[in-house]
Amino acid sequence: MRSRKPLALFAAAALALAGCSGGGGDASAEGPVTLTWWHNRTTEPMKSKWQQIADDFHKTHPNTSFTIEPLQNEQFQTKVPLALQGNTPPDLFQQWGGGALADQLKSGKIADITQASSGWIGPLAKNADGWKVGGKQYGAPYLMHAVGFWYRKDLFASAGITSTPTTLDELNAAVAKLKTAGVVPIALGGKDRWPDAFYWAYFAVRQCSVDTLKKAVEKTELTDPCFLKAGENLKSFLDTKPFQDGFVGTPAQQGAGSSAGLVANGKAAMELQGDWDPDVMQALTEDKELGSKIGWFPFPSVPGGQGDPSVLLGGGDGFSCTTRAAKACAEFLGHLVSDDVQKILAETNSGLPVTPAGVAALKSEPHKQIAEAMTKASHLQFYFDTAFPTKVGQALNDTIANFFAGQGGPDTIVKSVSEAAAGNK
Amino acid sequence: MMSAAITTRPPTAPVPHAPAAGGTRRRSRLRQRLELAFLLTPALLLFTGFVLVPIGVAAYYSLYSWNGFGPLTDFVGLGNYVEAFSGDVFQSAIGHNLIIATLSIVVQLPLSIGLALLLNRKLRGRTFLRMVVFAPYVLSEAVTAVIWLLMLQPGGFVDEILRGVGLGGLVQLWLADQSLVLYTLFLVITWKYIGFGVILLLAGLQGVPPELREAAALDGATAWQTTRHVVLPLLGPTIRIWVFLSVIGSLQLFDLVWIMTLGGPANASTTMATYLVDHGFKRYEFGFGSAVAVILFIICFLFALLYQRFALRRDTQGALTGVR
Repeated sequence: MRSRKPLALFAAAALALAGCSGGGGDASAEGPVTLTWWHNRTTEPMKSKWQQIADDFHKTHPNTSFTIEPLQNEQFQTKVPLALQGNTPPDLFQQWGGGALADQLKSGKIADITQASSGWIGPLAKNADGWKVGGKQYGAPYLMHAVGFWYRKDLFASAGITSTPTTLDELNAAVAKLKTAGVVPIALGGKDRWPDAFYWAYFAVRQCSVDTLKKAVEKTELTDPCFLKAGENLKSFLDTKPFQDGFVGTPAQQGAGSSAGLVANGKAAMELQGDWDPDVMQALTEDKELGSKIGWFPFPSVPGGQGDPSVLLGGGDGFSCTTRAAKACAEFLGHLVSDDVQKILAETNSGLPVTPAGVAALKSEPHKQIAEAMTKASHLQFYFDTAFPTKVGQALNDTIANFFAGQGGPDTIVKSVSEAAAGNK
Repeated sequence: MMSAAITTRPPTAPVPHAPAAGGTRRRSRLRQRLELAFLLTPALLLFTGFVLVPIGVAAYYSLYSWNGFGPLTDFVGLGNYVEAFSGDVFQSAIGHNLIIATLSIVVQLPLSIGLALLLNRKLRGRTFLRMVVFAPYVLSEAVTAVIWLLMLQPGGFVDEILRGVGLGGLVQLWLADQSLVLYTLFLVITWKYIGFGVILLLAGLQGVPPELREAAALDGATAWQTTRHVVLPLLGPTIRIWVFLSVIGSLQLFDLVWIMTLGGPANASTTMATYLVDHGFKRYEFGFGSAVAVILFIICFLFALLYQRFALRRDTQGALTGVR
């Protein structure tokens, strides 16, 4: 029954049925449990890695078995609410933390694993913060992500750029040089909207102090003038026209004409993207040497900004447990952040390990560099669409995307957050 | 209306004689009822469970501000509806659906009729041409959308073809230009669905008796006159059904837009359905999303009712309407 498709109707029917059958299991059960696991790795190599990790865990913990259901990433946003509304949600499911997690808590079905995780959460340090709500741990990450500039070393060299930009002025100078060299300076997948939001977020992160950022997320408001200033800086940056023609219609990851494809095929020199970008790019080009041609640098500092230039924008992949089998589930989450598993994950290059032992096992140069930046960062700013409650985060993304398409101004962006938080559509 | 067809069926003629037949009649009536119950119950149950109940549930949700978690507590009455209708984005979404529907009728219909008339003539490679016209319809909408998304990128396949044949001046930012994107999408929709219209009309043309054309020809009618005054009127029922399907399809337009533009840039190609997913599902505003769904349903339903009542009345007489 747990493998049902969570259509609203079935959810309602299941609710009624479960009411008759009295429900099953409770958190303290010590007997054998089968964990239903929804994860978002539908492609190799991670799909079989998860299966392997689950099988290994079952060998050492014979009382815990798994029913694994890989789901497309995009399905989570509709399936999880419906499943949590029903009586048989998955025991373990993909969780990005932040505001969406806080929303989901209202279902009363997400397990508080503060106690259960106390034995293993230590090495994760600040990485685990995104899965905390009100000081309690409601899940844990297994891989972190960070956004920065991916660039082509060959195009930088031929445009006469000798070092990666560390300030906004240097970035602007690099953009100008690349234009002169006849290369698109920066590729942007504006059709998908979220890549636009990276820019606004980074301008805000560089403009506002860490305290201001934390307070803004806590209160779901962008009232500090630094957020307005961030929008103005972004406007000036957009005015330099650093992107390819028609970027508002460009997909981020589909085909050679996508923003990742443009960089992969040498048509554009940079892209502000997550640590996952090299894999995406490699799939979009015939060039087997791509890995050696691209490098990474963090978003440059902005003159006059109060922000700490070490702060990274990012997020992470984690899991939450539901209450039915919380104990076994939390134990498994602990296994995922163990040195052995973190080393396995490090080799897949599909994110940044959450523990120092995992980070030490990274092989790819840029990923080592990102992990180091992450360790040094005084704060990891969650993507705002994740940090804020979902409706606010999506409204913010949409408003930023409109801004990139020439509609609205820096004040519209700031206002979209307070309006969405107040319940306006 | 389905039930109307049954209940208004002319009653069995009264049997004036042979009182002994009364028992038989009652028994056959009972049998008839049992048969009806047996045949209709599964369909009715499914229809109720999968169509009527969800509509009712959506209507119920639409009265609440609800993010999908926890119980429905925040009753807002018709607030969600007011909010939807007063929003610029939803207003323009309705406008976009209407533009697509109008363009479908104004552009696709004449095109379909022309192609159907052409492909109905005896010409070399007719089967092949029919297949070519129909092929895009076989593709799923998602596949179509991805193919065209890739081909319409700046410097992509479409631009290269245009430049290759010396029409480089026509190259546009097909999906990035806010004043153009909706029409670009319409072109793709036309490419995909023209085959369906052509096949439908070709089937309609099979129903035009050749004797009528011959008679018209004998009376000295030109080819145009025959087409205009004999063939087209006889195609009427087919055309009316096509218009119906086309308008409903235009009102529900989703997959293609969602994959190609997500309703952007800056909402320039938002439709009611993409608005529903964007503002309902993606934002966890399930109450508001339900309100939008109900609005979309009512618009489609009203159109369907009015169209059936006024345009399709003759075509469906006896099948959908009661017998007078």
